[in-house]
Amino acid sequence: MSTPGAPYIEVRGLARHFDVSKPLLNRVIEGQPRLILKAVDGIDFAIRKGETLSLVGESGCGKSTVARLIVGLYKPTRGQILFEGTDMGSLATRAEERALRKRFQMIFQDPYASLNPRWRVADIVAEPIRAHRLSSDPTEIRRRVDELLRQVGLSPADGEKFPHEFSGGQRQRISIARALSSNPEFLVCDEPTSALDVSVQAQILNLMKDLQRELGLTYLFISHNLAVVFHISDRVGVMYLGRLVELADARALFENPQHPYTRMLLDAIPDLDMTGRARTPVAGEVPNPLDPPKGCAFNPRCPFANDRCRTERPELRPVANGGVAACHAVEEGRLAAAPRLAPA
Amino acid sequence: MAEAPILEVKNLRVEFPTRRGTLVAVDDISFSIAPGEVLGVVGESGAGKSMTGAAVIGLIEPPGRIAGGSISLAGRRIDDLPYEEMRKVRGREIGAIFQDPLTSLNPLYTIGRQITETILTHLPVSPAEAQQRAIGLLREVGIPAAEKRIDHYPHQFSGGMRQRVVIALALAANPKLIIADEPTTALDVSIQAQIIALIKKLCCEHGAAVMLVTHDMGVIAETADRVAVMYAGRIAEIGPVRDVIKAARHPYTDGLMASIPKVGRTDARLAQIDGAMPRLNAIPRGCAFNPRCTKAFDRCRAERPEPMRVGNSDVACWLYDAGQGGTR
Ligand SMILES: Nc1ncnc2c1ncn2[C@@H]1O[C@H](COP(=O)(O)OP(=O)(O)OP(=O)(O)O)[C@@H](O)[C@H]1O
Ligand SMILES: Nc1ncnc2c1ncn2[C@@H]1O[C@H](COP(=O)(O)OP(=O)(O)OP(=O)(O)O)[C@@H](O)[C@H]1O
Ligand code: SF4
Ligand code: SF4
Ligand SMILES: [Mg+2]
Ligand SMILES: [Mg+2]
Repeated sequence: MSTPGAPYIEVRGLARHFDVSKPLLNRVIEGQPRLILKAVDGIDFAIRKGETLSLVGESGCGKSTVARLIVGLYKPTRGQILFEGTDMGSLATRAEERALRKRFQMIFQDPYASLNPRWRVADIVAEPIRAHRLSSDPTEIRRRVDELLRQVGLSPADGEKFPHEFSGGQRQRISIARALSSNPEFLVCDEPTSALDVSVQAQILNLMKDLQRELGLTYLFISHNLAVVFHISDRVGVMYLGRLVELADARALFENPQHPYTRMLLDAIPDLDMTGRARTPVAGEVPNPLDPPKGCAFNPRCPFANDRCRTERPELRPVANGGVAACHAVEEGRLAAAPRLAPA
Repeated sequence: MAEAPILEVKNLRVEFPTRRGTLVAVDDISFSIAPGEVLGVVGESGAGKSMTGAAVIGLIEPPGRIAGGSISLAGRRIDDLPYEEMRKVRGREIGAIFQDPLTSLNPLYTIGRQITETILTHLPVSPAEAQQRAIGLLREVGIPAAEKRIDHYPHQFSGGMRQRVVIALALAANPKLIIADEPTTALDVSIQAQIIALIKKLCCEHGAAVMLVTHDMGVIAETADRVAVMYAGRIAEIGPVRDVIKAARHPYTDGLMASIPKVGRTDARLAQIDGAMPRLNAIPRGCAFNPRCTKAFDRCRAERPEPMRVGNSDVACWLYDAGQGGTR
């Protein structure tokens, strides 16, 4: 079924809108219109096999929604998700969809909500193995669970406990072990390490890279920690208000960011060296996703905005760092290159 | 410290009785926080950071219990208060931001209702004023279109926005002490900067004391005045932020600092401290870090180090015992 040469995962014009209106009656009484929140509003990207693509961007820009769309937890409002060239929306039967989906797993942003509190850890970790009928031999399952718990820095004895007996970071390790248990090819990781201390984080990131090298895993990675993103990614997509504004190779993006928003984001990285450099927070008000600015959504906060920016929406175009960016000023050559010295 | 501390924790011990024996999650720790001071708390996950915070706000879930020591807020002991009295202290004098934003928000009520109720319970204001203050707080934590979003339910917000709502809730009554357990973990760097500025402002303007638990050393570097590093239920090192970050003394702190990824550093692998923190029921004799410590020597496997004064820090490591002629 797969198309040779097609990217591993591709999304085309992907969109997801949420209706956040008050109930009909209230709306009629208060005379309010329907409120539609465009959490993801038409994005395109592709991930090659064995590659890590990261999504970054302000809280609320739609990263988790993209993740949930890809693993099938939300249905797209528009657009397609292609897996090895096959449109996920075109699959005729549940069985076909299941066969594809078992090759995906997701690590959720919130380790509290995603673990069933009434199950023992060993059962939680074994759940994907059982759900996808990968094994029914209890000894074999147990051996696999023990191995996974060890891999994520827990001990086999922890399998007997319940989630509430663990700290936040330990719970996140349980959800990582669960995600790995069915030997997925493709992992969607939504903030997988933000609940972990830096030493466990280093272990998990090293483990993820080792698994990628050994098994050719493909990752979609979401994180607010730009240093982590720099370390783990092959390519990075920057989202703003439901759309991609820049996409490039990780190094190129960090060394030579093009879009004004990307530049601001990189300037806001906290300074660990305590040189006294005050970080420059991204200026301006966070935009209202219920009423996004016309033209370029970034224009109210952008120092380079002009009339065109306020009326015409920029599309992604090839830019100097080898990637693509959606910005009129970059396209018109109005922006001086602002090469960044990546602090080593 | 010239000023009397707002929070003073002495020899705190938190235990979990289980069928397999008693687990000690927090083992004899002491620290204090002065007015206007931010104490950062970092350390291995499972080290007892959240448990320490929970002990201070009186919210340790049974069977867990405070088994020893004392906790005082502005000179008054609070670890032995009856439940009802502690509940009042919690809303009015201590603001808590939990690691898990969902437990602090009721999914059935709009966020506006939850914040206004907190304000009305603790401050002498009218409902209209409470509503205004709630919108103002939401704006301060960076929720766009606050006057509209105040009518939305928790599930309609992104992870990071929910966390900001929780922060607004914690600040609603202008508390003296803020316990913030990973308040910015789910937030992007720019909102993070905003929240930190907000916490700092509260600290300066209201003389509030802040205990800030986080894994993010960048946040610590910018926000904290002092830092406590926890490992296996104890404080391994506590001292001024600069000393701890730039010149870590305890080998665990040292390993922690080395494992932080940095933009521009392209090593294929991150430095890691091999092994894992011991289970609470299998804490090794001597120094709890000794099986993973590259500097361990005989004494570390026999005797448990107590905090020792090194410069302006207190470090629990035998390398710094004067008699030992350590490597400082
Ligand atoms: N189920 C839902 N119903 C209504 N609105 C939603 C829903 N899920 C998400 N949203 C809205 O969609 C937008 C994008 O949310 P999403 O969770 O994808 O953001 P995010 O980029 O992952 O943010 P964060 O970094 O804070 O996790 C937000 O404005 C959010 O309020
Ligand atoms: N209900 C419980 N029963 C037994 N042990 C528990 C229980 N709750 C927590 N613990 C243990 O107490 C220890 C301290 O947990 P705590 O939540 O304070 O860790 P933490 O330092 O906040 O970690 P993290 O950074 O991962 O949030 C952990 O080792 C945990 O396994
Ligand atoms: S299109 Fe205009 S407003 Fe948008 S980022 Fe570029 S310069 Fe700024
Ligand atoms: S006391 Fe010994 S084992 Fe513990 S940290 Fe110091 S040198 Fe290492
Ligand atoms: Mg998210
Ligand atoms: Mg915790």
